[in-house]
Amino acid sequence: MSAFKHKHLLGIKTLTASEIRTILQTAESFLEISTREVKKVPTLRGKTIINLFFEPSTRTRSSFELAAKRLSADIVNFNQASSSAVKGESLKDTVLNLEAMSPDALIVRHRSAGVPHFISTFCRSPIINAGDGSHEHPTQALLDAFTIQQKKKKIEGLKVVIVGDILHSRVARSNIFLLPKLGAKIVLVGPPPLLPQEFKNFGVEIDYNFERAIEGADVVMMLRIQLERQQKNYFPSIREYRNLYALTKKRFKKTKKKAIIMHPGPINKGVELSTDMAESAESVILKQVENGIAVRMAVLYLLLGGKEREITD
Amino acid sequence: MRLLIKNGRVIDPASGTDDTLDILIEKGKIVDIRARINADNVKIIDASRLVVAPGFIDMHVHLRDPGREDKETIRTGSLAAAKGGFTSILCMPNTEPVNDNRGVTEYIISKAKKESVVNIFPIASISKDQKGENLTDIADLVDAGDVAFSDDGQPVQDSEVMRRALEYSKLLNTLIIDHCEDKNLSEGGVMHEGYYSYLFGLKGIPSSSEETMVARDLILTEKADAHLHIAHLSVKGAIDLVKRAKKKKIKVTAEATPHHLLLNDSHLETYDTNLKMNPPLRSKEDVQALREAIKEGIVDVIATDHAPHTPDEKDVEFEKAPFGINGLETAVSLILDRLVNKDVISLKKFIEMISTSPARILSLENKGKISPGADADLTILNLYQEIVVDIDKFKSKSRNNPFHGWKLKGAPAMTIVGGKIVYST
Repeated sequence: MSAFKHKHLLGIKTLTASEIRTILQTAESFLEISTREVKKVPTLRGKTIINLFFEPSTRTRSSFELAAKRLSADIVNFNQASSSAVKGESLKDTVLNLEAMSPDALIVRHRSAGVPHFISTFCRSPIINAGDGSHEHPTQALLDAFTIQQKKKKIEGLKVVIVGDILHSRVARSNIFLLPKLGAKIVLVGPPPLLPQEFKNFGVEIDYNFERAIEGADVVMMLRIQLERQQKNYFPSIREYRNLYALTKKRFKKTKKKAIIMHPGPINKGVELSTDMAESAESVILKQVENGIAVRMAVLYLLLGGKEREITD
Repeated sequence: MRLLIKNGRVIDPASGTDDTLDILIEKGKIVDIRARINADNVKIIDASRLVVAPGFIDMHVHLRDPGREDKETIRTGSLAAAKGGFTSILCMPNTEPVNDNRGVTEYIISKAKKESVVNIFPIASISKDQKGENLTDIADLVDAGDVAFSDDGQPVQDSEVMRRALEYSKLLNTLIIDHCEDKNLSEGGVMHEGYYSYLFGLKGIPSSSEETMVARDLILTEKADAHLHIAHLSVKGAIDLVKRAKKKKIKVTAEATPHHLLLNDSHLETYDTNLKMNPPLRSKEDVQALREAIKEGIVDVIATDHAPHTPDEKDVEFEKAPFGINGLETAVSLILDRLVNKDVISLKKFIEMISTSPARILSLENKGKISPGADADLTILNLYQEIVVDIDKFKSKSRNNPFHGWKLKGAPAMTIVGGKIVYST
């Protein structure tokens, strides 16, 4: 297994294709642990990890927590609501106080872009970005790539259509940085205010017309449309959005055979995705969640320097 | 005490002088300029190998006094100005309380008299409490000593209010300065909108928020036949509008800051809050257009927009950090090294933009020139001195400057205000 030389995982942007493959291969070897009767290996025994979530999260926080626990690391959850942050403590002071307790890694989720980067400038511990504002969500893109690879056997040459609020989506950005590195072609779809032309410069195509874009797609990745965007006139109404950009059976028929449906969650059912599509045979949404644990185990393992032989212990 | 500055290369764009001359100063005024002056009872300053220029004037400074003396005071701001080569500075009205009445103006002027080492000219707000609704008592404020009017960071959004301010300003022959920003278009933005804001996931401030306001202001200025000064011009589209307006002889002048001339939005990769200011660092194309604009004279003035903030305020999440950078102590060296030494503009042009033109725009009759009878405000430059920017050596109370560690050639060697040496290396 090739070495993973980064101290932090701040984003996908700075990773090479070979580093991404290393993470995905490592995740492969962790996948089986979650199916065991005793879902635990001693790989990170004695390591302490802090889940530092300044923004609500169900999936990502639990996924990291279970990933850490299945590697026998001790994990503490920091909850913003009950923290000193609400008493006016600065982010930096909060982090410095937690760091004084000698954690081996900090997993950071924050509503502001660049916060994991900011923390890495004054913190000794490895920082794992669990989503920063509209910037990046690297482990989500990694688990998406892992799931695509698992379902489609390869990523190279696939047409991936990402639909929705591209402008504000960290999931979209991390996937835009990741999937083309592994040879996929990305088409972004959404209403013009949520899909600026400049995104073309990221080496992807953009299309405002979902009907046209979805033709021949191998993967359709739907993003949650945040209802508060409507008040800012990014689109006129949920009704109009649904008419133009919801994934319906009719639209899905235009995809390539055996195309898959993905969604990072949480879903606004009945808005971007109908219940029957979300629960259809083509949907791999719950598989994404399941794979998330293995991918996050791989990331923790590679950053915290577990020893390879211990994976099979 | 009389001062005799000997053998300096005197550059005075107002008179077209560029020659090795001596300057005799008496009672705060320049009394003689000639090739070889001999005088008794004088303190002699040897200015060989140095450039003697009319005192630099910074039209855009935030002194934070009264109200936020933890960031800067009239005293520390003036010391920073003197070190930066400025003999006069204009302070923006967004203090706490806002400089929207005679009381605050008189406080600034009287405190400056006691504590400042440079000339301080207050700018009052256009509207009461910078709310953009009701005009301040402009005549009373001019009488109290305010030299211009601006709502700076909280620019007047209501076009009717701006129209009346421009019209009324003619009564006093005073200057309206506008920070051109449509707040609806820029709301929530923290950096220039474009490729890099999408890359970094930060909310953008579109060029259009500046352009639409510049367009509005130019139309209103033309109709009112008033004089408008546009603060920190930063985008190509707005530059084009000013260029057209000047061709039409609309009375408009404009300024550019060193940071908008030297840095662009790609530098925000580090999420360094010292690169967060408003207007934000723009695209490479905008920076290029701004450099062309200073060459062509579309932009008249270089001003710093010195905006001190405490380390605690800046040591936070990028989105949370206040806008603004500390600029008084780095501006001159930055322009000398990056623009003059690299032949983007001539030294004479630089002096014109930072002394002659501000004095003319503000009608400061005895400043911005080196001639008998003028105020003895002089900036002496050493074009050969190499410096490394060190924020820990700032005279300013704050440290929020992104140029820390930059090696620059050319720096102020001495600052003389009213015949008094207020700074020397």
